[in-house]
Amino acid sequence: MEPFEGKTISWGEHNGVIELSLHRGPCNEIGSETLEELESFAEVLRTSAGNMHTLIIHSVMPAGFCAGADLRELYRRAYQQPRTSGNSIAEVRNFLVRIHAVFNAIDDAPLVTVAAVHGVAFGGGFELALTADLIVADRTARFAFPELRLGLIPGFGGIPRLKRDLGNGIARDMLFTGRSINATKAQTADLVSQVVAEGEALRVAHALASQVGKFDLNAVRAAKKFIKPVPHAELLREIDIFCELFESPAVAAGLRRFVESNSPLPYLP
Amino acid sequence: MRTLAQTTDEILTLAAQQFKVARETLSPNDDFFKTLGIDSLQALSLLTRLENHFHVELPDYELQDVSDFGTLAGRIQARL
Repeated sequence: MEPFEGKTISWGEHNGVIELSLHRGPCNEIGSETLEELESFAEVLRTSAGNMHTLIIHSVMPAGFCAGADLRELYRRAYQQPRTSGNSIAEVRNFLVRIHAVFNAIDDAPLVTVAAVHGVAFGGGFELALTADLIVADRTARFAFPELRLGLIPGFGGIPRLKRDLGNGIARDMLFTGRSINATKAQTADLVSQVVAEGEALRVAHALASQVGKFDLNAVRAAKKFIKPVPHAELLREIDIFCELFESPAVAAGLRRFVESNSPLPYLP
Repeated sequence: MRTLAQTTDEILTLAAQQFKVARETLSPNDDFFKTLGIDSLQALSLLTRLENHFHVELPDYELQDVSDFGTLAGRIQARL
C-alpha cells in the first residue's frame, strides 16, 4: 500500500497495520474535501488491503477525534450558493450517499478496525468511530449526537449503528437529549472497549493490532463477518429521513444560528 | 463528604492547572469562559476532567446556563 499525505487525512501501512490519520483543523470537520480523500481511502482499502490485518483510525488534532460534519460548508452549499434548480436536497442526498459508501466500506472492511479516540467525537465524528470494530478511548474522550438541536437526525449512519452496538437505554438517551458522555460512561455502555490514560489511545491501539496480527487472517475475517453485519436497509432509511427533515425551515434556522453564532458554546448540545 | 467550599476550591485548582493560569486569579463568581478565555470545545475538556476527578456524570443540558465556577460547583456537589 502506497502511503498518502492529503490535505485532510493521510494513511500508511507498517507490519500489516494501516494507520489512517485525520488532520484537518480545527477538529476534522467532514466536508467535501475530507469526503473526497476518504473515498480515495475506501478505494485503497478495497483494492490494496488484502494482507493487512488491522486498520487504526485516529486524529492528530489536539481538540479531538472529529467534531462531525462541516456545518459551515453545509450551510453555505445548501442556502447561500446561487442555484438554478433550487435542488439543495439532491446535493445533500448525494453527499450522504457518498459518505455512507465510505463508512460502510470501513465498517465492512475485511480486517479489524480500531478507532483511537481522544477529545471530541461528536455527530459525524462519533458516527465514524462507530464504523470501527473497537473503540479505544483516552480519558479526554467525549461522545455525542447533537443533531436534534439542529432539527435533524444523525446522517452518517449513526442511529443504525448505535442500535446495532448499544442498548436502548444509552442509545435513546444520547439521541433524544444530545448529551455528551465521557470515556468511562462510554465503556460502561459497551461503546468503548478500553479506556486509557490521556495521550495513550494510539499506542494501545497498536498493541491491540499486534495481538490481532498473530491470528490467521481468514479466521479473523470470518469472525468479523459473523459478529458485525452492516445494517444496510436501516442505513438507506436514515438517508431518506435525514433528507425529509432537511427541508424543514427549522433546519435552516438551526444551521444559521450555528454559523452566525458568536457564542463560545456552539458545540455544546 | 466534601463541602461545597472544598468542591469549589478543587474546581478552581483543576481549571487553573488545565488552562495554565495562576490559581489565585480565579474566584467562585468568575465567568469561566471569560476568565479562562476558553471556547466550547475547551469547556467540554474541562467538563471531562471534572467528571473524572469527582467521579460524577454531568449531563451537558444541566450546565447550559452555567458559566460561573460557584454554580458549577453546586451542580457537581448535588451529584457527589
